[in-house]
Amino acid sequence: MFREAGLTVQEGVHCTTVEQALAAYDSLGGNIVAVKSQIHAGGRGKGSLYHPDSGDLVMEGGVKIAFNREDVENFANNILGNVLVTKQTGPDGKLVNNLYVEGGCQIAHEYYLAILIDREEKMPLIMASCEGGMDIEEVAENTPEAIFKVHVDPQTGLLSSQAQDLANSLGLSGAAVDSFVKNVTGLFELFVSKDCSMVEINPMVRTEDDRIVLLDAKVGFDENALFRHPDIMELRDLSEEEPTEVRAKAADLSYVKLDGNIGCLVNGAGLAMATMDVIKLYGGEPANFLDVGGGANEEQVTTAFGIIMEDPNVKGILVNIFGGIMRCDIIARGVIAATQALDLEDPLVVRLVGTNFEEGRRILSESGLNIHTAETLAEGAQKIVELVGGGN
Amino acid sequence: MSIWIKEEAKVLVQGITGNQGTFHATKMVEYGTKIVGGVTPRKGGQIVDLGGVQSPVWDTMVEAIEATDADASVIYVPPRFAGAAIIEAADAFSQVRGNGVIVCITEGIPTLDMVKAVDHVSKIDGVRLIGPNCPGIITPGDNGGAKIGIMPGHIHAKGRIGIVSKSGTLTYEAVAQAMSIDEGQSTCIGIGGDPVNGTGFIDCLSAFENDEQTAAVVMIGEIGGTAEEEAAEWVAENMTKPVVGFVAGMTAPPGKRMGHAGAIISGGKGTAAEKVAAMEAAGIRCANDPSEIGAVLLKSLKTAGLR
Repeated sequence: MFREAGLTVQEGVHCTTVEQALAAYDSLGGNIVAVKSQIHAGGRGKGSLYHPDSGDLVMEGGVKIAFNREDVENFANNILGNVLVTKQTGPDGKLVNNLYVEGGCQIAHEYYLAILIDREEKMPLIMASCEGGMDIEEVAENTPEAIFKVHVDPQTGLLSSQAQDLANSLGLSGAAVDSFVKNVTGLFELFVSKDCSMVEINPMVRTEDDRIVLLDAKVGFDENALFRHPDIMELRDLSEEEPTEVRAKAADLSYVKLDGNIGCLVNGAGLAMATMDVIKLYGGEPANFLDVGGGANEEQVTTAFGIIMEDPNVKGILVNIFGGIMRCDIIARGVIAATQALDLEDPLVVRLVGTNFEEGRRILSESGLNIHTAETLAEGAQKIVELVGGGN
Repeated sequence: MSIWIKEEAKVLVQGITGNQGTFHATKMVEYGTKIVGGVTPRKGGQIVDLGGVQSPVWDTMVEAIEATDADASVIYVPPRFAGAAIIEAADAFSQVRGNGVIVCITEGIPTLDMVKAVDHVSKIDGVRLIGPNCPGIITPGDNGGAKIGIMPGHIHAKGRIGIVSKSGTLTYEAVAQAMSIDEGQSTCIGIGGDPVNGTGFIDCLSAFENDEQTAAVVMIGEIGGTAEEEAAEWVAENMTKPVVGFVAGMTAPPGKRMGHAGAIISGGKGTAAEKVAAMEAAGIRCANDPSEIGAVLLKSLKTAGLR
């Protein structure tokens, strides 16, 4: 994508086997190369690779510099099929199925460059720093003055004067300025044309011969805009994502898996978060975030129950619905149909408020099923925490 | 009074012929909102039946405002057309009457479309955008009132509490909590859960501060961004009326989007704990649990000598 956009990147080859990595090394001229783990998370350079079954440490660092063919073979062996744990992956890490072998270059200096949306200013923001390389979070924390910021007017786009100024702030001179302006302008155009949510270049390097090269990148895309980018949809690697989250999305449900044992089924994102918070407040641990949306119907409620119960840790479920436009009696019938269809045995607490809530509660209590009802969220949370016997 | 929307406000529905548009327009009419018509491109001249009330349709917002002198519009058009609908409405209100309120309910609008739309609206004096991805705005009245959005109307009553929130159903919880201590609402506004939106917390707090009908404010935030922290700072410096709060997402894991496009803790920023700390430091009493908002509000009203 960067190459198509005319940006300066190193030659490189995407590989899925050790043999391909060796062939890539040969095709790149047999000099120094970088062997890079490809996962959907940052912090790879400082990450560690572990054996997926034994959990034994295989290698420190998910991005390695190989000086010869043996290095490439060794690194590719250590990377492919193992689990990479970085600051951003969480403790479970990510299985690495892909790597990228990239030609080396003579680096004079490393920089950091990112483009994102500044929520407060409501416009795109370009951030750059002379302290490229490993950890921008630390730079932001310790020396925020070392980060240069440029806001871009959405109507005019990036002005060449802004790009020039940024080059000056980074202390670039001569040919490197032109190379930087060309690359940052191209990156901003790419950010807009592909509806990115974030483009991070770390490191962006100046070579000994004063060229700017984008050595490594992390690009995020705005999910709301994917409808106009079928090419990006095709790049999606579902094996990188939690399978239940993928299935929930297909059913138009918003689901995030967590580590606790109390499943939650809620309407509205804010209320769904609040429900998790209150479960925790009363000593339990939420197993998930799940928003069935404002106009949830019986079928969606059934699908939602199914997704929650796929998680073997779940020992009880709290349903929290504020029936607005959707009537509580309809939701109550949906809950009953779902529990019967799925033979739910775990304790279930249902809190229904809003339109027709009396009727909803009556339907639940007369169902003959083991369903507890609650009037407030606090009461519902206390009941379910008690029923599953405290937290984890 | 109330803020931005009076009880008798005249409202147009953009996307009135679509399923969502017709459904919610009917609910708004039932509540008592003066729906004066709607706009759907290429369907001008049609009549939409809103539960017995016949509502005219125009092709453009300019025609519709010229014919009705509407005060506000509410947008139910699909995400890919919503940014353009906002810009059309802003230009039309500006051109025909010099002011207007645009309420965008649509969820899922591309962020860069919103960057452009918000930038456009912000350059037009007198035009306000609420949302997107929000439940809307409601000013309960003595008989009905003005409900512009998708919230359940019947849970509200006219009163003196202003409510502002990023979340839909949590706003309804806050309304129910206020009602549980016999407090009605002046105006309730959902500002929406998207990363880039029109009206923000500070706009609402400032309007409530200046509104005679409003005696106290409930502010509901959630993880993501720093709007709550900035609002807290503003409250500390400018607000004389009591503000109570709640922030959703104490247990949200970092780096995961929690339903709303904007609800994400990124790079360690935007946590609920930081927001609550900033709000408490600004004198905003926060509930730990939405079921306690009523009790916290009552306490604040008593402290202020309002109960």
